[in-house]
Amino acid sequence: MLRFIVKRFASALLVMFAISVLVFLIFFATPGVDPAARIAGRNADPATLAQVRHSFGLDRPMPIRYLLMMRHLLIDRDLESFVNRGSRVIPQIVQATPVTLSLVIGAALIWMTAGIIMGTAAAALRGKAADPLIMLVGVVGVSLPAYWLGEVVNLITQKQLHSSVFSWVPPPGYVGLDHPGQWALHLLFPWLTLALLYAGIYARLLRGEVVSALNEDYVRTARAKGLSERRILIRHALRCSLIPIVSLFGLDFGALVGGAALLTEVVFGLPGIGKLTFDALQNLDLPVIMGTVLYAAFFVVLANALVDILYARLDPRARHA
Amino acid sequence: MPDQPLLDVRDLKVSFRTRRGSVTVVDGLSFSVSPGEILGVVGESGSGKSVSMLAVLRLLTSPNVTVEGEVRFRGRDLLTLPDKEMRAVRGREIAMVFQDPMTALTPVYTVGWQIAEQIRAHEKVPRKEAHARAVSLLSDVGIPDAASRANSYPHEFSGGMRQRAVIAMALSCGPALLIADEPTTALDVTVQAQILDLMRELNAEGSAVVLITHDMGVISQIADRVLVMYGGRAAEEGPRRAVFHGPRHPYTWGLLDSVPRVGGPRLRRLPTIAGMPVAPGSLPEGCAFAPRCRLRHDRCEERPVLRDFGDSAHRDACWLPDEDRASLRLTSRATATDVPDREREATP
Amino acid sequence: MSAQTTTAEVLLRASDVTKHYPLRADGLSRRRKVLRAVDGVSLEVRGGETLGIVGESGCGKSTLGRCLVRLTELTGGRVEFDGQDISTLSTRRLRPVRPGMQLVFQDPQASLNPRRRAGDIVAEPLLVHRYGDGAAVRRRVAELFDVVGLAAAHLDRYPHEFSGGQRQRIGIARALATNPKLIVADEPVSALDVSIQAQVLNLFADLQEEFALTYVFIAHDLGVVRHVSDRIAVMYLGEIVELGETEALYKEPAHPYTQALLSAVPDIDDGTLSDEVPRERIVLTGEVPNPVDKPTGCPFRTRCPYARERCALERPQLTVTASGRRTACHFPLID
Repeated sequence: MLRFIVKRFASALLVMFAISVLVFLIFFATPGVDPAARIAGRNADPATLAQVRHSFGLDRPMPIRYLLMMRHLLIDRDLESFVNRGSRVIPQIVQATPVTLSLVIGAALIWMTAGIIMGTAAAALRGKAADPLIMLVGVVGVSLPAYWLGEVVNLITQKQLHSSVFSWVPPPGYVGLDHPGQWALHLLFPWLTLALLYAGIYARLLRGEVVSALNEDYVRTARAKGLSERRILIRHALRCSLIPIVSLFGLDFGALVGGAALLTEVVFGLPGIGKLTFDALQNLDLPVIMGTVLYAAFFVVLANALVDILYARLDPRARHA
Repeated sequence: MPDQPLLDVRDLKVSFRTRRGSVTVVDGLSFSVSPGEILGVVGESGSGKSVSMLAVLRLLTSPNVTVEGEVRFRGRDLLTLPDKEMRAVRGREIAMVFQDPMTALTPVYTVGWQIAEQIRAHEKVPRKEAHARAVSLLSDVGIPDAASRANSYPHEFSGGMRQRAVIAMALSCGPALLIADEPTTALDVTVQAQILDLMRELNAEGSAVVLITHDMGVISQIADRVLVMYGGRAAEEGPRRAVFHGPRHPYTWGLLDSVPRVGGPRLRRLPTIAGMPVAPGSLPEGCAFAPRCRLRHDRCEERPVLRDFGDSAHRDACWLPDEDRASLRLTSRATATDVPDREREATP
Repeated sequence: MSAQTTTAEVLLRASDVTKHYPLRADGLSRRRKVLRAVDGVSLEVRGGETLGIVGESGCGKSTLGRCLVRLTELTGGRVEFDGQDISTLSTRRLRPVRPGMQLVFQDPQASLNPRRRAGDIVAEPLLVHRYGDGAAVRRRVAELFDVVGLAAAHLDRYPHEFSGGQRQRIGIARALATNPKLIVADEPVSALDVSIQAQVLNLFADLQEEFALTYVFIAHDLGVVRHVSDRIAVMYLGEIVELGETEALYKEPAHPYTQALLSAVPDIDDGTLSDEVPRERIVLTGEVPNPVDKPTGCPFRTRCPYARERCALERPQLTVTASGRRTACHFPLID
């Protein structure tokens, strides 16, 4: 176990290093992009530019500049944004993280529950009318763009029906966990929106897995043992089908926590990591981008490690491999 | 009633609905199994031997399957039993073991857990006790160090060990009938010998066994009675000695003669059965074996029924005259050996 | 090593052939584990004979077959084909040798490209070895189809349209295409129904007679191996434990493993065997050990009913007994 953790940690470090170099190069080695001009503002005179260059260390050689930036980011933790002078990167990320985590964890719980129920039900009812119906619902969910769906939800809950059915829906935004009731209420529709996008894919995938598991020899053995159909479906077929689903879930979850929930965050006015990254990219605010990208890489690697552990718990064959 | 059969199958018919219409895989099969006997069912692929046994246990779950006929087990017709009562029969009164031990167990549970699961499905016993019984069953089928091996996962067992575990599971509720579908085909010959010994032991303890196989040698070693199947129908049935020493159906002759043996005289060319096993869906109106039979005649257009000639236990479905089947067999074997077979399979 | 057969009649000679597969180190121990699939096998195949190789799954018989035609690189030892050492030849120098030795696989389904027509599959080796122009290749393919008992109408069909027996015939036609001297057949009939198996075995016999072929016939079925082979090598855990003339070996096995193997085969009792002495039935306990952790000394000693102390200490070499049998046993059952 210790070996596993050490190995994982080392590979995470390597991945994060590689990504940070890549991001750094993209922004600093791309011709025509001059960070100094961005910092000094529009219409700065050459003298100011030179001074900015010097004070930010932009006239130093590339590797030194990389190391300096990393030092400010990770060791001194005082790296500042290029755009909003004085605002530090680390606190911004620390502030945005719980928002994104709240959104993604809640949505993941909903979509996994819905996906498993829909997928298993469709597999159990294959050949009957309910199966294609469930799958159709899934496809519709997958095909809706998050942005559009979010806007429609907002339109309905905030404007059209706000005075009647949805009068209890609070305005868009985020409330911290110190008010759990308000926290959940504010996040309810963002959760449902994000979950709807994923539940369909998971249901479809799981249905396929369960259907093929139901044709396996071990299911036939289970039937010959005299088990009930319900037990065969859940304890045998579904249990084995969850294994591939979990690895997909790890990837999706890592990506979403890392900022892929961007559109949902923007639509519902949630100041999460996605929104932070989005704003930083629009302003080419390199320090913030660097911070959020490293944060995202960290979560993707972490999620993958968790998946591997979970995988070994679910599949005894993976334990000794 | 001492001679009432344990299992009595009458006119079993299994057909699959396919895109090209209905395909009959088992076509009017009747057989019975007495308490405590070993019935060997032999035939090539497509003979319907496995499907008919799956039909007996109602394990053909595809909605495209139709099963007709009567399957009387201890007097009750299994085909009309409510699902719940059928489940109580499966695993408790009739157990089944399948060909491939590598895939027969659920990979994510320990072997002991899976055996205990079957016990608890049929009997109200505490978890602990079920596990203890699983351990003793595993030890009964010859798994060394059963107490710790019960906590192993299927992939940690070798093929032979897994088949033992599957058999232990099948025996867990003391079934009156064990149906074993090619239980040794995937195993090495030395392991096969061990598994066959195990089947003999449990038969000696009173379970009746239906052993499905394509291997005439296995049948010859272990069966009390033999049922030879071809094209979803019974070609011949009778006591082992009668069938092996005096086979009556030309298909049985072919099966016996075309197997290269480890003893006896060595032939340069093997007698063959011409052509290929009949495909389900292209069964002829008359005798299913007629297209491959060297002694085919006009009467074969008509479907033969199982009938006996004096010995009511030994029956066959063939129109050949009852007398001198033995000499007919010799003639047929001579032609089967001489003609190079390459001209014969050439027709598409 | 014995030199009882003269080189002139030996078509294939394997000397101390080994094939080891290194396994991925598990990280905790530095020692890399090695799977000894073939572990020091020496044999020769004489022109025109059939040498059967028999053994249970995992005994290395298929790997040996691949080593013999160099479809896999040897870890050690050498293989001489037709007087030429092929174990060290470069790929380019091996090319002219390849047509002389061909392989027939177990699973005709898996060894035939499903997207190519049967005729093209058989033509492929001809094109690779530049047999001639298009018309010549087509003539040869038609001839081969006739030889293996397939109709001309079959030329344009795809593998899935054939039955198992017919697919194996295509595999045989492909192997015959380049007029080989040696055919190594790896379990060629084990996937077939018994009635079809007999047809294909007869085809093998006919072809051997017609084209003076030499076979190495690998199988697990002792009846099949006896039927086709002049001589038989019995393998256990990557080693040959016994090698001898077929009839003598089946009547009087010298190695306890051969004896156990033969006694485990359920033979058909059709009334003709009753006058023979019933064979002593030996049911081996346990299963074949893992070839990664082979027992010390004799590989069979862990299951051998006659094992003694010496068997654990000393690995028996394949030696010739007084009766001409070769066996690797300290205490052979015959002299």
